[in-house]
Amino acid sequence: MDGLLPELEVIRKDFPILERELAGGMPLVYLDSANTSQKPQVVIDTMVDHLERHNANVARAMHQLGAESSEAFENARDKVAAFINAPTRDEIIFTKNASEALNLVANTLAWARGPLEIGEGDEVVITEMEHHSNIVPWQLLTERKGATLRWFGLTDDGQLDLSNIDSLITEKTKVVSLTWVSNMLGTINPVEAIARRAHEVGAIVVVDASQAVPQMAVDVQASGADLLAFTGHKVVGPTGIGVLWGRREILDQLPPFLGGGEMIETVAMERSTYAGIPHKFEAGTPPIVEAVGLGAAVDYLGHVGMDAIRAHEHAITAYALDGLATVPGLTVLGPIDASLRGGAISFEIDGVHPHDVAQVLDSRGVAVRAGHHCAKPAHKRFGVQASTRASSYLYTTPAEIDALVEGLEYTRSYFKLG
Amino acid sequence: MSQELDSLYQEIILDHYKNPLNKGLREPFEAEVHHVNPTCGDEVTLRVHLAGGVVDDVSYDSMGCSISQASASVLTDLVIGKPVDEAMQIHATFQELMQGRGNVEPDEDVLEDGIAFAGVAKFPARVKCALLSWMAFKDATAQTLAAADNKESTNG
Repeated sequence: MDGLLPELEVIRKDFPILERELAGGMPLVYLDSANTSQKPQVVIDTMVDHLERHNANVARAMHQLGAESSEAFENARDKVAAFINAPTRDEIIFTKNASEALNLVANTLAWARGPLEIGEGDEVVITEMEHHSNIVPWQLLTERKGATLRWFGLTDDGQLDLSNIDSLITEKTKVVSLTWVSNMLGTINPVEAIARRAHEVGAIVVVDASQAVPQMAVDVQASGADLLAFTGHKVVGPTGIGVLWGRREILDQLPPFLGGGEMIETVAMERSTYAGIPHKFEAGTPPIVEAVGLGAAVDYLGHVGMDAIRAHEHAITAYALDGLATVPGLTVLGPIDASLRGGAISFEIDGVHPHDVAQVLDSRGVAVRAGHHCAKPAHKRFGVQASTRASSYLYTTPAEIDALVEGLEYTRSYFKLG
Repeated sequence: MSQELDSLYQEIILDHYKNPLNKGLREPFEAEVHHVNPTCGDEVTLRVHLAGGVVDDVSYDSMGCSISQASASVLTDLVIGKPVDEAMQIHATFQELMQGRGNVEPDEDVLEDGIAFAGVAKFPARVKCALLSWMAFKDATAQTLAAADNKESTNG
């Protein structure tokens, strides 16, 4: 099969969990990477080494361990900056996850004064395919400020309906926030084209890149985004660490988010002044070992090569779409052309609820996600309440896709369908 | 593997799933509730009609997995026509079975087809599915009784 990573078996050996056997001696077939990715040994080892040998708080401790820990933490910032081609390391802000990064933006915009201030009559534009974490913060913001939330609808094949872009993004628009790659439909959105329109009218562009950064080379400077969020645990890193990248002139205009240690310049009882970016947005002891693990993770992905990972995902996704098309009564939600989408494939099967599909697959060792995938509006758009989602990553093999398809055929026979 | 699965998907459950009893929303009713399982999106709208201390009707409209759908069907079959106290006792017995992690011996005299859900208790992720309509029934019944109490005290 063209496009697969040439050393797939070697890569699989980097991920110890892929050796797991599940109940009944079934080997693990992990197809839930859009939910969270598995971790390579190098990430696990780097985190253990940090905890065993270098653990100390950062930027506060005047001792050798403190210096080592601070250096490891700040090195991780350098690695992340290089990985997404940020022009400067100071534009990388560590958060708890992508949700926190998006909430940081929406909250500080609510408090902003000056050019970024949002008020009555202003509009925020999102899309119908957003994860709840890129819907709810904007609902909260617009409700609090008396602004209006608007959104792009979707076409029947699961792409953004851009036909009304010029009437949707107007002089009233202050923020356009959209996902780069849909976690449910898999759709890759034309961020750059939408950003161009947004910038014409003076709006800022926020991109949820949670599903994009794991799957393709992301160059924030070329992306058109002004602010971009992703999470560590989907890029083979640990949970508890996310990233907000933002252009310096935007971040400098936003007020602080959480108050506390590290984010200040000086504190008096009457008032305080604040540190510059990135520390202005990093109050309190940060997730240190998680950041160090994330640094190792992006190093690992960089070593494999994001273009090679994208080609692998494309090949596996095309193979999966072909396989799924052979299952009677199965409908894929989202584009059926692999070049238009990422590796998350949501589908429904006539006569079997997604929960029941996932349960039967699980009994065969095949791990998928079932439910609304935190994208209820997108499900509603396609007239379904829930779906089953299989999502691949750089360690996924064609044989695992075969196991999925066989499992779905077994599911149909188990529920006595045709 | 298949044995584990069969303990979850008993034939009785699949039968109720395919041919649900008492489904649809009907008049009259004193209380209507809408319950959802936020993690998976399963939903039930359920109405209760009490008359003379008896559960005269439980009608419902629901969307969800085989476990949640079959459970609604079994619920209505068990409680319709029963005195309210007895229906609430059946509710308590079913809830105890579901939350027993597979260690509670089901009482067929009380639960009838409901004993088929004993296997569900071993799948923690599915217990909520089985209890969705039962919790809705408890809620709607409590609302009906509370409203009746209020009326009585106002009238009295």
